[in-house]
Amino acid sequence: MSLMEIKNLHKSFGGLSAVLNFNFNLENNELVGLIGPNGAGKTTVFNLITGVYKPDKGNIDFEDRSLVGLHPYDICKRGIARTFQNIRLFRDLTVLDNVRIAFHKDVQYGFLSAIFRTPGFFRGEAEMEAKAREFLKIFKLDNKRDEIASNLPYGEQRRLEIARALATRPTMLILDEPAAGMNPQETQELMQLIKWLRQEFKLAILLIEHDMPLVMGVCERIYVLDYGQVIAEGKPEEIRNNKKVIEAYLGEEVN
Amino acid sequence: MQIYKHSWTRFVAEVAVLVALFTLVQYAITTELLSQYYEINLNSMCINIILAVSLNLINGFTGQLSLGHAGFMAVGAYVSVIMTNRLDLPFIAGVLAACLAAALAGFIIGVPTLRLKGDYLAIATLGFGEIIRVVLQNIDYVGGPSGIMGIEKLTTWGWLFASTLITLIVIINLVNSSYGRAIISVREDEVAAELMGINTTRYKVMAFVIGAMFAGLAGALYAHYFYIIKPDTFNFLKSFDILVMVVLGGLGSTTGAVIAAIFITTLTAALQSFPAIRMILYALILIIVMIYRPQGLMGNKEMGRKTLARLWGGKK
Repeated sequence: MSLMEIKNLHKSFGGLSAVLNFNFNLENNELVGLIGPNGAGKTTVFNLITGVYKPDKGNIDFEDRSLVGLHPYDICKRGIARTFQNIRLFRDLTVLDNVRIAFHKDVQYGFLSAIFRTPGFFRGEAEMEAKAREFLKIFKLDNKRDEIASNLPYGEQRRLEIARALATRPTMLILDEPAAGMNPQETQELMQLIKWLRQEFKLAILLIEHDMPLVMGVCERIYVLDYGQVIAEGKPEEIRNNKKVIEAYLGEEVN
Repeated sequence: MQIYKHSWTRFVAEVAVLVALFTLVQYAITTELLSQYYEINLNSMCINIILAVSLNLINGFTGQLSLGHAGFMAVGAYVSVIMTNRLDLPFIAGVLAACLAAALAGFIIGVPTLRLKGDYLAIATLGFGEIIRVVLQNIDYVGGPSGIMGIEKLTTWGWLFASTLITLIVIINLVNSSYGRAIISVREDEVAAELMGINTTRYKVMAFVIGAMFAGLAGALYAHYFYIIKPDTFNFLKSFDILVMVVLGGLGSTTGAVIAAIFITTLTAALQSFPAIRMILYALILIIVMIYRPQGLMGNKEMGRKTLARLWGGKK
């Protein structure tokens, strides 16, 4: 059984159909790419999966249970985490706090325990900090844990966002253009990181990316979206030679 | 903001400092070393601290612009006076009822209005604050527009000291916990917070209810100190006064709110000797502060033990 199965997903904004009859499936521990020209509806698909938008029609099953109609925070608790195309960190908070907030859904002490500072509070906080620092170490951000997130260089902000998403302990990670704004060297490192994360955390990863070497390099399967519809699906080499895909990106040949 | 170790020595030291502070002021009041003029200002100061710190939880930490704080103060004031003056219950019952009633009002108003954002929320809370006032004006049982007179003076320095302390402890401990971080994440980025598993609506309402509860506490203390309450005392100008303290102190800084509450109470008292130009001076000082320090006196920083230690030990 697939980890995620999407059937006939529709979403329109006013008269514009952003996503049309979208079908998709994702296996456990699979790494799938979603590509397409600008405005094809890729981010809308992500927003539908994570509950930011409600679909007009269709169904999204995750671990055999529907996600449609759930709040984003419930979907996060079900095990889906994401990053954003334009980085959305908690900008005025420290690097450490950014990650610690991701642990809040599993907070070990109660509200009154926090007010009265019971031993449970101190234990819970110490545990949260230790776990957060573990994640920061993986992403080589541990030495910057007390810095304000918005003061980090761009590449590190991207890494922090992935660290924060992983800290929610997802089974599926959704990356929205993780390589945007990175130089080739950083992109290369990111590629290694994505591969490694998938192994280490047993993750299924879905990624949107415009950087073709990256997509072709890491993804096992690729979906191509144009005008809200899937125009091709398959292994990277199949996609590379697909006529429809080339048309969508480069236009038709003129006779 | 890392305070994870529990230290008994520090706890004992803090309690000792607080007891000393309380006893010293109590002694000064009993022996009339502190004149009545200063005593009144000291009391206003405590009430303003409670109001500013609780509004700061809503406006500063949760990032939800509320302009109805005086409304919750009114609920607290009236409910407590009904308890003590009309039903002859002890003051403690009045105070607790005031907190509960204000918290309930906060919940009822918060659930529908907190769906709104920014300016829209500000206007909706402003409206609700005014509704509370107008409703009170039309209830004869509580004296209508002329309010209730002859309220027994039950607010003592002990009550004020304990109330201010409890407000500060609850809000500081809340903010410096995982629940507090959840509240702050709502201010930082609501969408990202939701996707990190945080039920943003719940935390907005939570902050709103706690803020309203302490405003109710301040209302009860106020009513039983100044002999008279009437609906007009709690109009939107009162809400603005509290907001000014919060913005002046720095949105999202509890110590900032405390400092600003002390500063504004002192300023208001000092300017009483210049009645003609009082409001002009008051406004001018605020404008100057905002031009030279737009983030407020403290920004979103806190003044903690470390800062105090640094100031104490000279430059380091």
